[in-house]
Amino acid sequence: MIVADKKPVEEIIEYVKDCEKILILGCNECVTVCEAGGKKEVGVLASTLRMYFANHGHSDAVVDERTLERQCDHEYLEEIRDIADQYDAIVSIACGVGIQFTAEKYHSVPVYPGVNTSFLGVTEQRGLWTERCQACGQCILAHTGGICPVARCAKRLLNGPCGGSSKGKCEINKDLDCAWQLIIDRLKAIDRMDLYEKFFNIKDWSTDRAGGPRKVAREDVQI
Amino acid sequence: MRLTYPTSFRIIRVPCTGKVDVQHMLRALEKGADGVCIIGCMEGECAYKTGNYRARKRVEQVQRILKAVDIDPERAQMYNLSSSDGPLFGKYAEEMDERIRKLGPNPMKSVQKSAA
Ligand code: SF4
Ligand code: SF4
Repeated sequence: MIVADKKPVEEIIEYVKDCEKILILGCNECVTVCEAGGKKEVGVLASTLRMYFANHGHSDAVVDERTLERQCDHEYLEEIRDIADQYDAIVSIACGVGIQFTAEKYHSVPVYPGVNTSFLGVTEQRGLWTERCQACGQCILAHTGGICPVARCAKRLLNGPCGGSSKGKCEINKDLDCAWQLIIDRLKAIDRMDLYEKFFNIKDWSTDRAGGPRKVAREDVQI
Repeated sequence: MRLTYPTSFRIIRVPCTGKVDVQHMLRALEKGADGVCIIGCMEGECAYKTGNYRARKRVEQVQRILKAVDIDPERAQMYNLSSSDGPLFGKYAEEMDERIRKLGPNPMKSVQKSAA
């Protein structure tokens, strides 16, 4: 999922402190799971802003709450078509994708981010999310035992560990597993150390972000 | 035991303090409650293992939020006691009552009144 973290409420207050009517817009998907932008967080942020306004002589400010199924699809964003224009600010607490799509669709309403979108990752345990994929566009997991050196090796090395790998930990941070240690352990476990002996040719990075914004166009499903 | 506790207290019973969310505490304060105090079981003695730890963290979150909107964070408090300890409940209630009286009414109250 896309992992996001809450922005400090002081920062959000700074964006909207002069507004009269604000919509806090949540999303039911990834950001709900990582407890940053779901219905509950919408309620907490809206309450917080209402108290801020009331306590700062601005008690007529209106802060409304809405949570959409997703903010990255036209059909759900259309649900606020009739009301969006009433607001002089929308604070979206979906991921950066949802925030931007909301801004694109509601061209004349300022949209502010209420979260910091962080990475593509997993819920390791409640309250702990960690990165797994950098969406490089050419997945190599078949060769690396299902563990991604692009996302998980600090140096994105593709042909084994650097000299800094020590006791299974990465040299940039002793709490961080060395991705290549994990890859080797896993290749051993699945009896595929032969893969480790193969050289990676230079990876085609044109599918990564370096080539500018990307798109997936699937003619087979387009009508 | 005929114990007393301040009449200012409104008790809301929940199955476990772990059920109380940040949102519940904020709503109470937003609607004009002068303070919110969660009274849970002793730490380490939660029937659901971690309910009262969660409650404490949520009270801390509420305190941070109150600070950010310039309301005294002391208006949200967490206490722990053994469920059979009535006298201690009374003591904590008195303590909370005193603390809130020192702080005065919740600023949200005047807003609610002027809006009415
Ligand atoms: S190789 Fe690329 S697509 Fe595959 S997991 Fe790693 S970053 Fe993601
Ligand atoms: S120690 Fe391992 S994870 Fe860290 S940079 Fe070197 S190879 Fe990559």
